[in-house]
Amino acid sequence: MNWVWLHRFGSPPYFYRWAGRIVPWLAWPAALLILAGLYGGLVLAPADYQQGDGYRIIYVHVPSAWLSLMIYTVMALAAAVGLIWRIKVAHAVAASCAPIGAWFTGVGLVTGMLWGQPMWGTYWEWDPRLVFYLVLLFFYMGYSGLRSAIDDTTRADRAAAVLAIVGAVNVPIVHYSVIWWNSLHQPPSLALTSKPTMPASMYVPLLLLFLGFTLFFYAVMLTRARAEVLRRERGGNWIRAALETTR
Amino acid sequence: MSEWFAMNGYARYVWPSVAAALIALVWNALRARSLLKQARAEVRRRLASEDES
Repeated sequence: MNWVWLHRFGSPPYFYRWAGRIVPWLAWPAALLILAGLYGGLVLAPADYQQGDGYRIIYVHVPSAWLSLMIYTVMALAAAVGLIWRIKVAHAVAASCAPIGAWFTGVGLVTGMLWGQPMWGTYWEWDPRLVFYLVLLFFYMGYSGLRSAIDDTTRADRAAAVLAIVGAVNVPIVHYSVIWWNSLHQPPSLALTSKPTMPASMYVPLLLLFLGFTLFFYAVMLTRARAEVLRRERGGNWIRAALETTR
Repeated sequence: MSEWFAMNGYARYVWPSVAAALIALVWNALRARSLLKQARAEVRRRLASEDES
């Protein structure tokens, strides 16, 4: 397989221009998918036979939780690529993932607590899924904290990358915690390998939100990564040209 | 409409959840844009000062 096309993304000018072109194509579909998904989930979908209208929290909780795990995976992979091949753009991508991931882990936690109270009778329980999910938030915060504690960007990149890679162990633990342990948390609502147990009017909005949140993340992450690349490229004649020609 | 808003008694759990997600979406979108703007402005200033010297 020819990997040359992939190497181009390691070049800051190429990445900056490419990301600038692609972001609108991610952001607008993301906005439409999220609005459609919320309308479908909050207005059109029927109430659940067990949880009534309380189950509608699923439409913000599950896409946020999915994002928090996916973002961590992207961050750890980018960090590994940056560490192994010393690609600055990869480090810029990893650095851009962390704050977004922390935000959506926070949303996952808050919406989970708001769902837990009416359904389990408690906002918080020292349950494996909840505890490992909290650990995920700590890894995001640790990553950002470590970055800001080290002034030298190259050293910060490497140290934070090691932390990101170590923390990747936690991602499958969070995901499988509801299967490995007897958890209060319910198992995944949707899986790629089995037919959904919900009617289409319930799971189609959820799928729209999954896709919408995912595209949203890439749009925001690439925008942040462009800023990061600009900030890092002190010299570089390409910047002068890029500022004039690209949006 | 108000019946829908009441969410059959779950309003105080559903709406704060939706609000949390919307705040995260809007804040992250605006924050990314402003970071890019700041970075561009910074680079422009630097390039301008290099041109002068």
